[in-house]
Amino acid sequence: MTPFGAEKILWRMLALAAVPLLVVLLPKTLGDYYNFRFALVGIYFIAIIGLNILTGYNGQISLGHGAFLAFGAYTTAILVSNYGVGEYWTIPIAGILTGIFGFLFGLPALRLSGVYLALATFSLATSIPLIAKRYDGFAGGGQGKTIALPSSPFGALSTNEWLSYLTWAVAALMFGAAWLLLRGRVGRSFRAVRDAPIAAVSSGIGLARHKTLAFAIAAAYAGVAGALFTIANAFVNPDSFPVSLSILLLTGAVVGGLGSLEGMLFGAIFIQFAPDWGDKLSKQVHYNEASIQSTVFYGLILLGVLFVMPNGAAGLLRRGRAGLARARGRYADRSQAEPSA
Amino acid sequence: MTEFFQYVVVGLANGGIYATLALALVLIHRATGIVNFAQGEMGMFCTFIAWALITHHGLPYWGAFFLTLVVAFFGGAATCKLVIQPLSRTGELTVVMATIALLIILNGLAGWIWSPEVKFLESPFPLEVVHVGGVVMNVQDLGVIGVSLLCVAIVFVFFRFTRLGLQMRASAVGPATSRLLGIRVGLMLSIGWGLAAMLSAVSGIMAASRLPFDPNFMLIVLTYAFAAAVLGGIDSPVGSVVGAFLIGIGISLLSGYASSFLGTELQLPLALAVLMLVLIVRPAGLFGQVVVRRV
Repeated sequence: MTPFGAEKILWRMLALAAVPLLVVLLPKTLGDYYNFRFALVGIYFIAIIGLNILTGYNGQISLGHGAFLAFGAYTTAILVSNYGVGEYWTIPIAGILTGIFGFLFGLPALRLSGVYLALATFSLATSIPLIAKRYDGFAGGGQGKTIALPSSPFGALSTNEWLSYLTWAVAALMFGAAWLLLRGRVGRSFRAVRDAPIAAVSSGIGLARHKTLAFAIAAAYAGVAGALFTIANAFVNPDSFPVSLSILLLTGAVVGGLGSLEGMLFGAIFIQFAPDWGDKLSKQVHYNEASIQSTVFYGLILLGVLFVMPNGAAGLLRRGRAGLARARGRYADRSQAEPSA
Repeated sequence: MTEFFQYVVVGLANGGIYATLALALVLIHRATGIVNFAQGEMGMFCTFIAWALITHHGLPYWGAFFLTLVVAFFGGAATCKLVIQPLSRTGELTVVMATIALLIILNGLAGWIWSPEVKFLESPFPLEVVHVGGVVMNVQDLGVIGVSLLCVAIVFVFFRFTRLGLQMRASAVGPATSRLLGIRVGLMLSIGWGLAAMLSAVSGIMAASRLPFDPNFMLIVLTYAFAAAVLGGIDSPVGSVVGAFLIGIGISLLSGYASSFLGTELQLPLALAVLMLVLIVRPAGLFGQVVVRRV
């Protein structure tokens, strides 16, 4: 039995096919309320794939990914309401513009690493909403900007069903692009920069180039997510992007498992639903309506998840798979050993 | 010119509050290698404890202050033992996430126990002003500056001149060697977390003596303290204190002279932008050492 046999590839392909199938079927079975939240999961998924490329694969910590999300969201809102651009066209535009913004931010940030970079990105996350608040003529100020909610181009789908399909279609595209990028030359260079910067430079990999590139790509992903965020909410204002959003995104990436793209699926689900789990738990303990208590339980859930799977969902999966393989190996050994005995 | 000095005094008082918290961040970073995002909330929680001791249990101000510091020490040490050390083998980012989880838990817990409404803590310093060469100084501001500087001085003396301080410095610099020399590194780490918690308690209580407070009041202090620690060089205690006072004065001057032009919104972004410029020129902070690696 070879470890990379046809059987393994078959399983992998089945698993890969199951997720899109689920995504296609799910919106039709979920209610309207859950469809909207399912769309939000897709948006978080896109954003943390980008964050994972930066933090997981390139080793640069960003505490300000919400800022890039805000940039993309505002790009869409401003293009649609000030310039009358079609909302779907703004998705790639927001991605590209946010990517350029990320590139420009990445240039000076390059000199920084570790906590210094964390502070730089953190400052960006605190500043962007305040700046948007200040310039109310252009960006709508504290009131924000409203655009029309998209109606589904297919008559059979409700708006929220359509939003769900739209975000997950974009998410699938972005996932595929990330997968292709990371398995190739660029991905190897990213990992080399993360694991052994000195060795990477000696083999002719430009540190600066790859670090800014990672920043730009991560920002572009966040920009796309931000554009979808505006389209889904039909509304954007500075309070949609508090610093806690950036931290939430990083939480999702860590809980999902840094350095694993599939893990981000769990991370996105965690971002969207863990506060609800906290709420449910607190209602079981406390019968009164409890919103402060629920944050305590949310924090406890996060802490518990970190203890149970310190390397994220992907790490747990890896460990489980390794355990299974070991158990199978032992079984195979025994069945071979028995006849000879 | 008197106006200028008045802003400077206010800035120094704020700087003292940032300095104690920034010093706590530096202590943790030196010992554990991470930024403790729960540091501000530890101070917030301790402030609520002090408030409860004074208003509900009738303790005198300074009695409550010192009792809270004792609680803070054991709380910090317990956090280290129960949460940080078990996770420390799994990578930095997981530990950072754990501190964020602690931030969320402490923030919610304070609102749960004491309700999220705004509270007032009486100031231990008289509500008077003194005139020094035309500059009007608030005694409360001077008191905050005094307490902060005293705490900073005690921490420096402790690390510089005591055996325990030396052991703690040793285990931060070379844990393996220290262990070989018979230092209980794990215990030192817990003591470090306890000390940091005490410092953040001082920071929180001093901040609350100037303004009404609620469970979120330390988040902005944490932002500035984090900025101060990074500005000074995250591993440099002296740097963090200097950075904190620079930031305190800078913010005070900025809000004094430029508020009509900037509005309240742009104050924080501008302060952070200046900080970024400094960091781009000196990527390891003002007092930090650039690590030169040999290839």
